[in-house]
Amino acid sequence: MSDKSSSRPSGFDRRAFMAGAAGSVLVPMTARAAAQDASAPVAQDPSLPVEVTLRVNGKEKHLHLDARTTVLDALREHLKLTGSKKGCDHGQCGACTVLIDDRRVVSCLTLALAAEGQEITTIEGLATDDRLHPMQQAFIDNDAFQCGYCTPGQIMSAVACVKEGHAGNEADIREYMSGNICRCAAYPNIVAAVKQAAPEIMKG
Amino acid sequence: MRSFSYQRATDPDMAVQALGAAAASNNPLTKATAQPLAGGTTLIDLMKLDVMRPAAIVDINPLAHAWSAIEPGGDALRLGALAKMSDVAAHAEIQRSYPVIADSLKLAASAQLRNMATLGGNVMQRTRCNYFRDVSYENCNKRNPGSGCAAMDGVNRMHAVLGTSDQCIATYPGDFAQALIALDATVEITGKAGTRSMPFAQLHKAPGSTPDIETALQPGELISGFSIRGRWPRSVYLKARDRQSYEFALSSAAIALDVQDGTIRDARVALGGVATVPWRAREAEALLREQKFDEALAQRVADAAFADARGRRHNSFKIALGKRVVARALQQAVTMEI
Ligand SMILES: Cc1cc2nc3c(=O)[nH]c(=O)nc-3n(C[C@H](O)[C@H](O)[C@H](O)COP(=O)(O)OP(=O)(O)OC[C@H]3O[C@@H](n4cnc5c(N)ncnc54)[C@H](O)[C@@H]3O)c2cc1C
Ligand code: SF4
Ligand code: FES
Ligand code: FES
Repeated sequence: MSDKSSSRPSGFDRRAFMAGAAGSVLVPMTARAAAQDASAPVAQDPSLPVEVTLRVNGKEKHLHLDARTTVLDALREHLKLTGSKKGCDHGQCGACTVLIDDRRVVSCLTLALAAEGQEITTIEGLATDDRLHPMQQAFIDNDAFQCGYCTPGQIMSAVACVKEGHAGNEADIREYMSGNICRCAAYPNIVAAVKQAAPEIMKG
Repeated sequence: MRSFSYQRATDPDMAVQALGAAAASNNPLTKATAQPLAGGTTLIDLMKLDVMRPAAIVDINPLAHAWSAIEPGGDALRLGALAKMSDVAAHAEIQRSYPVIADSLKLAASAQLRNMATLGGNVMQRTRCNYFRDVSYENCNKRNPGSGCAAMDGVNRMHAVLGTSDQCIATYPGDFAQALIALDATVEITGKAGTRSMPFAQLHKAPGSTPDIETALQPGELISGFSIRGRWPRSVYLKARDRQSYEFALSSAAIALDVQDGTIRDARVALGGVATVPWRAREAEALLREQKFDEALAQRVADAAFADARGRRHNSFKIALGKRVVARALQQAVTMEI
């Protein structure tokens, strides 16, 4: 890989990260203010937005984001997918849980840039046409919420919990769902919902 | 959060070079201006809190293809630094031959966080001391060297009783490191000059008079993996905490035993939640070797493990709790079916 053979869209180029690192070949993700001599040391300008392509619920989304943007903020503030909730913004509550490449993660501690090229699934992507996902239906059937704020995160987490094989009994469900806090303490009904949906999800 | 530049490193040389170039050489690693990003569950959290302020982030996740091995061999184990906590915890051979490792990972954080977090990032996680995490407190010697320690006479229920200094009493919060230190793991470090190895026990530095220096890593160095010799099927990780799940340890014990014909041939005891660094209780271990197990022995071992412990206003309970955790973990290790 060479510093100069840019294949990025305009406004981006491949350059060494700092003076003295001219030989290093990083893939620079940060936009620069103006074109400069490629051999000169470049103080990158992190205040400029970066072009990012995210795959969300099967669709490619092109965004210009501040490098600091988390997946959660990209979803809520830039893509207007407000199903994923911000409870704590520090990885402590699970309200922001989404699937990335089919694994549940907290989107509030995931940088959007770091999620480029991966498949993000949110609560908005679970239902097919007008049919709810079995886990969504099970939450309704079991009255597994009061205020509903934690619910999208609970449901995303529960879908993964089942697929991981961690929903075989109540003790496992409680242990492997412990990353989702419910302020309304709907826990018994959440456990019941996961139990109801598990066989159907495992059938595929 | 302060702004930063983001780069993806697609091979180790790039990562090392970018990190080394950006990091001022006189800064300790914790203040280096460039930080590697693995799972981000410590780094992004602390950047949001303004505790960590890197100007550059080097995303090392693209190195996962080379650095995420989970390789239990016949008589040795190698773990890549970018292996995810959840994948290692779920690995059948790890559960069979190294249950202390599988359980230390399984009982940590949440399913979501374990899917994100890597082994390398895990051992590098920072203390959960509330004064350290809240920058509105000026006096934290770890964050602001020389400023004092708000925890010393503050709310210190979660703080350490072993390995403390008059500068810092912050607990090392992780679980997995106790398994590594108990099993005499080696940590492999990749830097400018190539790869070096050292005993995992030498990675973390007790606070002493420089609580801002937490590890032996230098800016520009990365952990690339861990290795362990031998198999330890008779091993347990027991964790006592305020909640049954999704909580840091108040006190934990990693125990590994080699028992033959009822006699303990080799014993390893490590303590978590109670010390400033991953803590190996060697005096306690010595009492177990060539002995037959009974409850009185377990009690003597537990007492020895906490002989040097020093409690403060709110955390003295950890000494009594810690002893019980050690005694119970020993009991579990002796009686487990393997
Ligand atoms: C709510 C919550 C609860 C938690 N509970 C527990 C718990 O009960 N038990 C427990 O053990 N942990 C717990 N954790 C901590 C969690 O396990 C760690 O944050 C995680 O393991 C860090 O790994 P990471 O890959 O996300 O690291 P990152 O956040 O990416 O990195 C952490 C630090 O290490 C550096 N780093 C990363 N990789 C490397 C490398 N290969 N070489 C050198 N430096 C590196 C980074 O620059 C950064 O400074 C909890 C965290 C949260 C948010
Ligand atoms: S215990 Fe350590 S980390 Fe906590 S306030 Fe004191 S110096 Fe800071
Ligand atoms: S908002 Fe992400 S875990 Fe609370
Ligand atoms: S339903 Fe209100 S927080 Fe869970």
